[in-house]
Formats: sequence, C-alpha cells, structure tokens
Amino acid sequence: MAVEPITGAEIIVKALIDQGVDVIFGYPGGAVLPLYDALFKQNRIKHILVRHEQAAVHAAEGYARSTGKVGVVLVTSGPGATNAVTGLTDALMDSIPIVCLTGQVPTHLIGNDAFQEADTTGITRPCTKHNYLVKAIEDLSRKVHEAFYVAKSGRPGPVVIDLPKDIQQAKYEYVNHAGQKHRSYNPPVRPDRAQVEKAIEAMAHAKRPLFYIGGGCINSGPQACALLTEFVRMTGFPCTQTLMGLGAFPGSDPLSLGMVGMHGMYESNLAMHDCDVMINIGARFDDRVTGKLTAFSPGSKKIHVDIDPSSINKNIRVDIPVVGDVGHVVEEMMRIWKARQIKPDAKALSTWWDQINKWRARDCLKYRPSEQVIKPQYALQRLYAAIKDKDFYITTEVGQHQMWAAQFLKFEQPNHWMTSGGLGTMGYGLPAAYGVQVAHPESLVIDVAGEASIMMNIQEMSTLVQYRLPVKIFILNNKWMGMVRQWQELLHGGRYSESYSDALPDFVKLAEAFGAKGLRAEKVGELDDVIAKMLATPGPVIVDCAVDERENCFPMIPSGAAHNEMLLGPDDQSAKPISEEGMVLV
Amino acid sequence: MSERSNTRGGTEFLAVSKDDLSERHTISVLVDNEAGVLARVIGLFSGRGYNIESLTVAETDVSKHLSRITVVTSGTPMIIEQIKNQLRRLVPVHKVTDLTVEGPSLEREMALVKVQGTGEKRVESMRIADIFRAHVVDATIESFVFEMTGSTEKVNAFINLMQPLGLIDVSRTGVVAIARGPEA
Repeated sequence: MAVEPITGAEIIVKALIDQGVDVIFGYPGGAVLPLYDALFKQNRIKHILVRHEQAAVHAAEGYARSTGKVGVVLVTSGPGATNAVTGLTDALMDSIPIVCLTGQVPTHLIGNDAFQEADTTGITRPCTKHNYLVKAIEDLSRKVHEAFYVAKSGRPGPVVIDLPKDIQQAKYEYVNHAGQKHRSYNPPVRPDRAQVEKAIEAMAHAKRPLFYIGGGCINSGPQACALLTEFVRMTGFPCTQTLMGLGAFPGSDPLSLGMVGMHGMYESNLAMHDCDVMINIGARFDDRVTGKLTAFSPGSKKIHVDIDPSSINKNIRVDIPVVGDVGHVVEEMMRIWKARQIKPDAKALSTWWDQINKWRARDCLKYRPSEQVIKPQYALQRLYAAIKDKDFYITTEVGQHQMWAAQFLKFEQPNHWMTSGGLGTMGYGLPAAYGVQVAHPESLVIDVAGEASIMMNIQEMSTLVQYRLPVKIFILNNKWMGMVRQWQELLHGGRYSESYSDALPDFVKLAEAFGAKGLRAEKVGELDDVIAKMLATPGPVIVDCAVDERENCFPMIPSGAAHNEMLLGPDDQSAKPISEEGMVLV
Repeated sequence: MSERSNTRGGTEFLAVSKDDLSERHTISVLVDNEAGVLARVIGLFSGRGYNIESLTVAETDVSKHLSRITVVTSGTPMIIEQIKNQLRRLVPVHKVTDLTVEGPSLEREMALVKVQGTGEKRVESMRIADIFRAHVVDATIESFVFEMTGSTEKVNAFINLMQPLGLIDVSRTGVVAIARGPEA
C-alpha cells in the first residue's frame, strides 16, 4: 500500500503524536513557520507559548520531571536556539529527558551566515546528550523517533533536532520508527548478578551502613522508588538523599536522615563520614556532596549503583560498582536479600542508630526565632504546615531559599520536587513550575523563589496569566543575592561586592501589572494569613515575603572542608577559617 | 615522574594518590561515519581535559558507514577508564577497544620526511633511509622526500637521524592500530 507523501512539518507532528506527546513548550520564528502551520492544523498537541526560549526548556524540564515523560521544546533558528542553551545544559546536568526541535535556515544557506543562522548542532554538542541535523527528508521520521529513544534511554538527557526550513516543507512518506532497535546505542539496564551478590555480601556484614540515594532513583520511576523504599525498610539501614534524590524515599520516614551535602543535615554528613558500608544508589558523588575528596568517608566500603558507567570511579574510587537501572538492581538486591534470609547485625545497627540519634539531637536546622522579622526558615515551616496535607509540587530557583526549601519541606513521593541541582540555574523555578502545572492542572504548584532569581525569568508571568496556570510564587525576599552575600561574609571579609538587590520592583504591583494577584507579608503576624490567601486564590499569585536580610543558611560544609568539619550555625562560624585552597573552589 | 601531571586541577581535593602514574594507551573507537562524529570525540577530550597525543580517522567499512578513530592518550588508570566509559556513552559509538590492555596489538604510523642537501649529507640520508626501509617518493638534485612506516618510536628515531642531514619538513599520519590474532 502506497503511503501518501506529506510535508516534513506534518511528518514531525505525526511522529510527536506517535511518541505520545501532548504538549509542546515553544516560541515561533521564521525558520519554524512550516512547523507552526502544521501545529495550527491539528488539535492533538497543545502548544504553550513561552516568553523566552530558556523558559521553554525549563518548563519542559518541569513537565518531564513531574511526569517521567519526555519534555518537548520547539524554538526557531539562531537566537531561538542559542537562548535554549542554558536550559539544555541544565537538563544535561540533571539528566532530564528533553527533545528540543530547533528551526534552521534552509540547507542551501547553511554556512552562509544567513539571517538568524547559528551552528546549532555545533553549539549544542557539549550541552546535549546527542543532537541531529536533518539534511535529508528521508531521514526525518527516523531521527525524530530516535531522538525520543535516546532522550529517555539509559541516563536520560536532552536531545536537539535541528530542522532546516526546506526539510520542513519537502514531501515524503511518514513511517513510524518507534520501538526500532538502535544500531549502536543500547545501554544495559540489568545488572551483573555477581556484582549484586558482592554488594549484598558487604551489606550483610555492615556495622554502620548508610544508603545514599540520588536522582537516578527518581529517573528510574515511581515503582523503582517504591521498591527501594521497601528494601531500605527491610534492612533498617539509615537513608540519606541528595538534593536531586529528595522524594525517592519518604522524607518523614524515621529511617530518612534528610539531605546530604554542603547544606545537608548534620546527621547525614556525619553518618556519611563515619559509615562502614555506603550504598550509593543513583547518585554521582557530586562535589556538593563529597566536600574534600581526600577526607570523604575514609573508612567505608563503597557500593555504587548507576546506569551510567562513566559516573563510576569518576570522583571517588568505589569498591563494588553495579551498572544498571535502579529498579532492576534493587529488585535483584531484594531477591538475594530474601533468598539468603539476611539478618543484619542488630547490635551493631542499634549502636549505629544511637550514634545517629545523638547527631540528630544537635537539631542542626535550629535557628534563632524572631518576633520582629520573618525568618526565612520560619516562613518555609509555616508554608509546609499549610500545604503538607495537600497534593503539592515544589520548584525552586537557586540560592539560599533553595537550600532552605530542601531542608524544611519534606517530600513523601518522587517527582514532586523540581530544582536545578547540577547547573544551579537562577530563573529555573518559575518556568519549571508552570511545566509542572500544565501536566498536573488540579495540583498545587509552588515556586519557592528568591527576589534575585525570580527576576531572571519574570517575563514568564505573562505565560502564567495567558494559560490561567495557578502557580504560586513564594518569594523569600531578603533584598540580597543571599548565597552570594553569605559567601562574601564567610569567605571574603564581608565585602559585599554587587550582591545587593537594588531597585527591586514592587512585586505586588508587578503581579497586578501582569494580571495576577500580588500579596505581601512583612510582619511575622501576617505570614499565616498571607499563605492562606495565596492558597485560596484560584489564579497565579506572587507572594512577596520580606525576610531577615542577614540570615545565613546552615548547617554548612565550608568549601574545601570535610563532612566532620561542618558548621552548625552562626555561633560556629568563626570556628575554623576557610583555607586558601577552599576559597578557590566554588 | 615524581609529581604526576594533573590535568584536572586541584591538589589535595583530588582522591588521586601519587603512585597513580600516567600511562599511554591506544584506544580504537568504531563509530558511525556521520557528520559531526569526530567533533563529538574531540569535544569530549577537550571538554573534559583529557590528552590527545595522536588521532587518526578514516572510513573503514563503506557499506555499513563505519569509521575507525584511533586515539593515543595518556592519563592515570582512573582517567583512562573514564575516557573509555565517556566514549562508550556517545550515541554513534559502536565499540571502544583499549588496544594497550586487551591483548597484543600492532601500531603503525607513516611519515613523509623531506631532507634537503647535497654531497656527503645527501648520500648519508640515503644510507639511513635504506636501514629504516624508507623509500624515496620524490627527488630533486638537492632534496629527497622519504616515505617510511613503523612504530611511533621508529618514526621518531628516523626523524632524529635526519635532523643533522638537512631535515626541513615532516608530515605524519598519527597512529593506526589493530589487535593481533584472528578475532575482530
């Protein structure tokens, strides 16, 4: 049966529909007009018009992270593509599956410095998992389907497809290539059994074990997280999470030690330093977690489960590498654990828990409460109290507020916490939040923001209002780039170079100017009321919450220090000056 | 080597001990012959601060559109392992073989060496070329171009000997390598 030839633009739309795409975040332009025309003529895929291409990618990230599906972006050539670069890099660092369609000048003009031409595949090569330039219409449908496969297989990541305008207009037959085996890229998901056996052997004899779980668990899916939760509970071992791994294990479970790393919990970091068997599942020994490498968990045997072999032995030498998908590995671990009827050393484990509970008793998130000024931590505690029984999703920008949110909000399930971990992109939270809201229209989506970060993508308020996306933006406004100010205070002699947020807008009026609701909390007594009003407002809301300008984020492992040199709070600040070498690190 | 050269910066913040000496490895990478594939490999090396001592690339299977890239690199065992894993992660990469560790292998390099001179020096350069089984591919009254093939060491030795005899230009292919024995 002969297939009717259709245009390249129609082939792309058909391929997207066959891939189950229901929403695209994008911005039109000359080089993608045929594609926008094809989108106009159909009603299966919804298009969300963003106000800046960077936001399109962050929104697709929010969508992807909250659903587990591939997020799709559509931008034009030249500036459209270059604006998307930050988002693509963000998705690469955090292993988020994205397919980004970029327009390109017609094939015969490529290389001629044509209007709105950029070497998109050249520019995005280091910030994508893979990219394609489609130069022949015959390759189009295969490459679109392959892009989805590559984006979501193995360790997920962003994939760019660069689409010259003449390819979008050329005609060819559409063939559905979904599910076709790739000729070279087939990452294994099932672990080597012998390695899993070794890991279980080490765990069975552990006296001071610790689970250290990361974003890989969440990428493996909610079922993998449920299985992991069951396994952790079966062992009775303590479990700490990375910034990316929050929600992979229930935050309120007594076995959870909370976040690990630079601003992680005291008990998590001390446990990491002192453990004898570390079970890293889907985390990558990031420098924010390890601190000083030579002093990192010196006495432990390290098990590392990762789907990406290049993550293993990259920063930290491990003893038992296990390459595979978290879900498959944990399933195998549980099977062996049960089959061998392993009983961990109860006496050693109880001594270990006694020690951990002593560290817990230090109450590392303690801060000096105030009646005069709203403490940022208190604001988040009140926010959490108001939302914890609701179906809520949190996104953040980057800085102090992000760390406080990670410390003070608890996540019971995966895919509910979206933050820019690897790249640390200010301006991530607002677009990511509406990406989540588009996927979960009935849920409560809050962007916990700082007044500096929110300004980086504030234009997206317009997108919120256009699509009536009821995202709540909760700004902890301390009038400073808080984390920069904190480092300047601790590391640079209090010389606050360019970190003051001068000439800030009136956020209430700003919200109103966009057609949203603005609320302000300046006094401690107003806070609960404002939060209640925010939650009761049906549309998008900005809350401008004036918080203590001088508050620092603790606990903190100073750069260049080891886990057991953690600073607990302001009184602990001058305990040890930060070394020259520490100052060089970011 | 007392202080290992550290390509990745930092000192005590690296979990690398001093006995981790840098090793030279020849890595063979079988890739799809598609636009940009070489840029991906080179970009990986420059982006992550790995060394490239030599790199060759050519299509080796026209019907399957496969090319072979042969990279000679150096680094600690941990870095070499990283390089291989990073290469395997690239989508158009089919196979990565470390010829230095995976059984015996052959390495060859070709050089074109131009020597200018007359009289005794010219005669001597011919004699040495004979010993190295290099042959003349271009000649004028006052110059030769020698073509010679061999291991990197042999090529280096030949070039060094030609230095005082009027060496004026060299062009080298870089290393190509293959495993010995019947297996692919």
